[in-house]
Formats: sequence, C-alpha cells, structure tokens
Amino acid sequence: MQYALSIFLSGISLGGQYALIAIGYTLVYGILRLINFAHGDVFMVAGLFLVYLSTWFPLWAALPLMLLFTVALGFAIERAAYKPLRSAPRMSVMISAIGVSYLLQNLATYITGGLPKSYPELPLLSNNVTIGGVSTKWVTIVTPFLVLVLVLALQQLINHTKVGMAMRAVAKDFETSQLMGIKINSVISMTFIIGSFLAGVGSMLYFTNYPSIVPLSGALPGLRAFVAAVFGGIGSVPGAVVGAFIIGMSESVIKGSPFSIFSDAFTFALLIVILVVKPTGLFGEKVTDKV
Amino acid sequence: MLKIDDLRVNYGGIEAVKGIDFEVPEGKIVTLIGANGAGKSTILRTIAGLVKPATGRIRLQAEDITALSPDRIVSKGITLVPEGRHVFPDLTVLENLKIGAYLRTDSLDHDLEWVYSLFPRLKERSWQAAGTLSGGEQQMLAVGRALMSRPKLMMMDEPSLGLAPLVVKDIFSIIKKINDQGVTILLIEQNANMALHTADLAYVLETGRITLSGTGEELLRNEAVKKAYLG
Repeated sequence: MQYALSIFLSGISLGGQYALIAIGYTLVYGILRLINFAHGDVFMVAGLFLVYLSTWFPLWAALPLMLLFTVALGFAIERAAYKPLRSAPRMSVMISAIGVSYLLQNLATYITGGLPKSYPELPLLSNNVTIGGVSTKWVTIVTPFLVLVLVLALQQLINHTKVGMAMRAVAKDFETSQLMGIKINSVISMTFIIGSFLAGVGSMLYFTNYPSIVPLSGALPGLRAFVAAVFGGIGSVPGAVVGAFIIGMSESVIKGSPFSIFSDAFTFALLIVILVVKPTGLFGEKVTDKV
Repeated sequence: MLKIDDLRVNYGGIEAVKGIDFEVPEGKIVTLIGANGAGKSTILRTIAGLVKPATGRIRLQAEDITALSPDRIVSKGITLVPEGRHVFPDLTVLENLKIGAYLRTDSLDHDLEWVYSLFPRLKERSWQAAGTLSGGEQQMLAVGRALMSRPKLMMMDEPSLGLAPLVVKDIFSIIKKINDQGVTILLIEQNANMALHTADLAYVLETGRITLSGTGEELLRNEAVKKAYLG
C-alpha cells in the first residue's frame, strides 16, 4: 500500500514536471509546425541559471531572475535561429533547432567544465514530508497543484484574452492573421516566452528532485516530454498535460518494478505505437493543411 | 482616395503585374475584372502589404503607403476580404468579428450592432464555430470581420467565388449597402457581369496590364468586353 502510494506520488510529480516542458513543445508546434529540439536544453540551461545565480544572489532574487533569463533565452533563440527562416522549408527550421540544441549543450559543457553541478536546496520544496507513511520531498506534493494552476491560467489566456485569440488565429492561418493587423512575429515570440517560462518553472521542480545537472540533463526529460506531447496530440495543450501525466506515471511504475532499466525503452516504444496507431494523438486535431 | 502609379510586382518568379496605374475615388465602387492569372489578386495583396512591389507607388489620400507592413496598412483604414473567405474555423463567429477589430482599443458594441444589422444571420450564430457555417454565411462573416476594422477602403477578392447565384446576388446588394454608408470598395471578380452592374468605375486587366477602363455601364456595352468576359 505504502509502496503503491510512493509510486503514485512520484509518477504524479514526474508527470507534472514533464507537462510543463511538454506545453512548450506543443505551443510552438501549434503555431510554427516546428518541433523545437532545443527546448529540452533550454530546460537544462534554466537549471544552470539557478545554480550560478544562487551563488551570487539570495534565492528570493535568484528564482525570478532565473525565470527572466530563461524567457530571454527562449525569445533570443527564436529571433536568432528560427525567425530568419520563416519562409524556408520546415526541414531547415528543424535542423536549425537541432543546431541550437547542440550549441546549448556544448556551451554548458564549456562553462561547467562538464562536471555535474548540484542544484541549490530550495526552502520548503526541498524539505522532507511524510504522508501515509511515505517519506518524500514537498516538491512532490506541490508539483501537481502548481501545474494545475499554471495550466488553468494558460487555458484562460488562450481562450479568453485578445493575445490568446491572436495565438489561435495565427496557429490556423498566418496570412489572414496579418490581414487582421496581427503582428505574427510578436505572437510567435509570445509562445516562446510562455514555453520557456513554463520550462523554467519545470526545471525548478525537476532539479529539486534530481539535484545534479550535467549538460545532457535536458536531453532525456526533453525527449520524454516530447513523447508526451505527441501522445496527447501535438498542438493541444490539454493533450500535452494528459500525455505527460501518463508518461510520468508509467515511468514511475516501471522504475519501481524489476524492469526498471526498460523505462525509457517503454516510453519510446509508446511513441512508435502511438505514431502507428493514432498519429494525431489523444486530443490531436485533424490534419488540415494550410491553404 | 487610393492612387496606384506604375506598380510592378514579381510573384513566384514571374512579373505578375507589369506597370499599372489606376485610381479608386472616394465613396465609389471600383472593380478590376480579368481572367484567372491576370494579376488581380496580386494587386490587392500588394496594396494590403502581403507582397512587396518591385517598383511603383501606392498612395492613400496623398500619403505614401507603399510596402508598409500589413498591420500598418490595416491601421491606415484599408482592409482586404481574402479570396476563399478564410474565416478562422475554430473561432466562434463573434471571435472572428472581434479579431477583425484587433488593432482597435475602443468599444466595439456599435460596430457589432452594425455588422449584425447587415447580416442578421451572424447574430443568430454568434456562438457557433465559424467552420460550421455555410459558404455564403462564411462570406458574410469575412465581410463583417473586415468591416470591424472600420475601414475607409474595403478590398474584396472574388466575393462570389463558389457561391450559389442567389447568394451572390445577396452579397452584391450588401456591398452596395455598405458603400452607401460611406465605405469605398475595390472589388475584383471573375463574375464580370455582376461586378460591372455594381461598379461605378471599372478596369480590365490582361496579363498584368490594364487594357481598358470606364464606368461599369460603358464596359458592359463594350464589344471586346462582351466577347471576352460576358459571353
């Protein structure tokens, strides 16, 4: 019973952390039809930001600064690496994204010297708590609630504000959106800002649980979140969240079983199965090509 | 009101518009007619700022607006109802209308009432996703959406395309009505008969050049036009 509860708790919290990353993939895909391979590395860099910022500033200043820098990084990547390719074939933008991903990983190697950096202990989040006889960190309990709040706020933004309306319009039709007077570049920047912000929050939760950062720390969580986004139907925010909780939960279950070593194999096998059986994912829209 | 001088536009590697001059006087309905590929759409898209011209000047009330970005053009009071309507299918009818007023910050109530009075059908369906409307209703929505920006000049690209003859008649009578309320109209059409009956002033476009101009009635009587466009 206690064992099941601990599996459940870690699955839910892992799922919430993947959800925050997966939303970044799904939002960008929804607008640019681009799989932003650099997103996982933005998540890793967000972790490093806090490692370094917390040595110079107290945590109450370092945390908001980390979010600000992460948002600025996402914004800058889009402006420098994707915007100049706006009218290029989609494949070129994707290759550019892979380039950015390697650039970030190598920069991180250069700056950290390739040594693991330990993530600062966050007050409250890093503290231990015991519920139902299971000992865990507060972050495990906080994550699902924080994710819920952020996702509801995001849904509110997308469905009930002018910016959100513009985001939905641009996702459907660049040219007609321009005819409405919408500056599509601002809307695209906005999606990168939101995605990076959520990745920043996600990194805070994730690295509190796994407090050692190496330059490749973003790669696997990024890929798992990507699988989650595809599983839920890429382009759909609720899909990404549901997908992430399913991926997080199954990872936790497998890691708690004798087949622990196969947990990533299972995740990626799931990707293949979903692509074969239901390529649009759980909540995916029908593919209507832009005319 | 709108004055085009020596406009040349390259589009997809060919010179689609080969040096044209024309004028849209304030308060009038002006039409460009011509066959498929004559360059009509390219002209409207260039005025709207979606395509940059190779040479030439576009002036709105003596102000040079050549090659401004599309959002600047909209804010100057020019709007384009695109070919094939292009309503946003997942947005509701009301959201489509609101997004037409994207650059405005003042109250939209008055203009919503106006659009609903022109198209009562849209009011009945204001909570429906635009993708569920019929072709004619989508055309009405596209026009209503364009009007929400409070344009001085409304450009329309093939409003009759793919619509039943009865609906086409409706659309054209509404174009007249909108024009009567002070909006200048620039219309391109393959349905030359309907367009010429509605227009005050008309230009005939052939492979990127203007070959003929006159009032709608003059062109309706012109033998060459009759033969080529009216059948």
